[in-house]
Amino acid sequence: MQSNAHDFKRRADVALEDMELQKALQLLKTGFTLKRAESIAALPEFEALRTQGREIKEHTLAHLDFYLETFERNVRASGGHVHWASSVEDARAIVVRICSDAGAKRVTKGKSMVGEEIGVNEALEAAGVDVLETDLGEYIIQLAKEPPSHIIAPAIHKTKAQITELFHTHHAKHGKSVRVIEVADIVNEAREVLREGFLASDVGITGANFLIAENGAAVIVTNEGNGDLTNTLPRVHIVTAGIEKVVPTLEDVSTILRLLARSATGQQMSVYTTFSTGPKRREDLDGPDAFHVVLLDNGRSEMLGNEFHEMLRCIRCSACMNHCPVYGAVGGHAYGWVYPGPMGAVLTPLMVGIEKSTPLPNACTLNGRCQEVCPMQIPLPAMLRRLREREFDEGLMPRMARAGLAAWAFLARRPRLYRAVTGVGVKVLSLLARGKGRLRYLPLAGAWTAARDLPAPAGETFQQAWKRRQRGLGS
Amino acid sequence: MTGSREQVLANIRRSLRRTEPLGESARAGLEARLAAPRANLKPHYDGDPVAHFETRIRAVSGIVTRVHGAAEISDVVQAHVRKHGLALDLVVAPDPDLDDIAWSNHFKVECRAAVGSDQTSVTSAFAGVGETGSLVLLSSPRSPTTLNFLPEDHLIVLARSRIVPHIEDVWTRLRAEVGAMPRTVNFITGPSKTGDVEQVIQEGAHGPRRLHVILREDR
Repeated sequence: MQSNAHDFKRRADVALEDMELQKALQLLKTGFTLKRAESIAALPEFEALRTQGREIKEHTLAHLDFYLETFERNVRASGGHVHWASSVEDARAIVVRICSDAGAKRVTKGKSMVGEEIGVNEALEAAGVDVLETDLGEYIIQLAKEPPSHIIAPAIHKTKAQITELFHTHHAKHGKSVRVIEVADIVNEAREVLREGFLASDVGITGANFLIAENGAAVIVTNEGNGDLTNTLPRVHIVTAGIEKVVPTLEDVSTILRLLARSATGQQMSVYTTFSTGPKRREDLDGPDAFHVVLLDNGRSEMLGNEFHEMLRCIRCSACMNHCPVYGAVGGHAYGWVYPGPMGAVLTPLMVGIEKSTPLPNACTLNGRCQEVCPMQIPLPAMLRRLREREFDEGLMPRMARAGLAAWAFLARRPRLYRAVTGVGVKVLSLLARGKGRLRYLPLAGAWTAARDLPAPAGETFQQAWKRRQRGLGS
Repeated sequence: MTGSREQVLANIRRSLRRTEPLGESARAGLEARLAAPRANLKPHYDGDPVAHFETRIRAVSGIVTRVHGAAEISDVVQAHVRKHGLALDLVVAPDPDLDDIAWSNHFKVECRAAVGSDQTSVTSAFAGVGETGSLVLLSSPRSPTTLNFLPEDHLIVLARSRIVPHIEDVWTRLRAEVGAMPRTVNFITGPSKTGDVEQVIQEGAHGPRRLHVILREDR
């Protein structure tokens, strides 16, 4: 998928003015966030499980080559194929080749963020293959020709009324002429229309929440059942997954499953947790004839060795974005690429290049909620700070910000001058406020004061106040 | 793409500050971890697994009916079908565990995989999980996976003795009784649902609209 991450500021402005989007985003606060809190309160062992989950992931990452090779061997032993892709271009070529070798005309897809990362739909369509997204949210945005705005609820930005209109426009060819307005009717109509697609599909493509080294299984976690129709009905099942998805054993995956659904939707267990190992066995009455796993690197092996390696623990639960005030204000599309929110603000610069996504690490208030709720204890704020440092080191910051920082650094390195200047500054601001305690307008900071008042300083600097206090204590 | 494979593995090793695959002894340690998988922390819950299973599956809109033997099952299915206005055609898994059910003459019973137009399926579960209320089904000639997803209504016969306390206990039984992984292991925890329209939970997205567990007390 093409990245528009560089355009964050403009897209955020548009998002803030979009009343339909703002209405949809309001639901985040009462939905996922509340349900997560309730389900975690009901599990006293959650913190202990979180620590174990983190240890499992760290252990696996420290021996990633071993576990990937073991996974590969076990997929082969069960009759499946493993393909390695360094880049998204490699992955696209592999998927297109498997589909053309299978003579596929129609492909159904389960929701897959790696699929989005690869841009698999565009590649297949360019090769003349019909692609049908089957997760309801993904289907809605496929009709709207939009990218997902959330990693587990891709159409979270769409209101019911917008979905009604989309279905009315696109379902006429399926013999549906009446507008569906109630949620139950919308879901029903999608079920009927997509059922035809499932039954006619040649190849099913899913992602994977986990890959299991000990037996070569790929695991998906869903609620709708679309992933299971996708991996059971067509002749060929392709799994696209990042190399960091592997875990050693079924016991290990059991631990992380207890964290995943609770952190995502507040469920104890998603409706369907499915382990797929190889193609159908000789005597089986259903299942695909061929099973392929495409392992995608795309910058992950490099992250493994640098200061961002903890990001590879991410299990894509979405808790970080559900609790992020910036995501909550602008939604996922503003971020401009596949992964939004705090995890996206870290991953996008690392995957598409920091120079193409400079605004993202700055779209953060460093309030720390994302790290607090992350089931894998990923230090997202620290990583965003490191990315800001990189931007500065590589000269990628806007000129004004650089000049401002340079001026501040000049002062900060000269304590006497610093005290003198800040002393004057504080006095001036205090006088400007004329005893009202707040400033409604400040020259050079008009954009900031347009939306809020600046609390006026008390007339002395912290250091002055400290000195006075120390004198008081000493007497 | 062999080139990609070697490149990815070489990059991983470089990042891990190694130039080669793991040494013998490190490898043996990891192999041992895989060969004898150890369960991590299993959350505690009060009450016995069967009661907890029932509470959990009901909490996610599953239906549970306890029966004392095969003789009652046909009536339970008939009541279900009548209540929800379904046809009297059943697709039943060709599973020997279901052989002792005497289906009422009202039903038209077929033993096969599911097709798109099937309304009601009856299958048998490998296990139930007390902790989560999940049903575990393994694909095999006697348990086609399509029966779990295509029909409108899914009725699952579960023997009381097949309910285990935690997820990990399913793996212990699977390794002991089946050995290798089947093509598919399905953990099913409630009827199909979606929250993709304004986060309103709606049941019956793509899979079964209703999930009915027939809990056999005699097995």
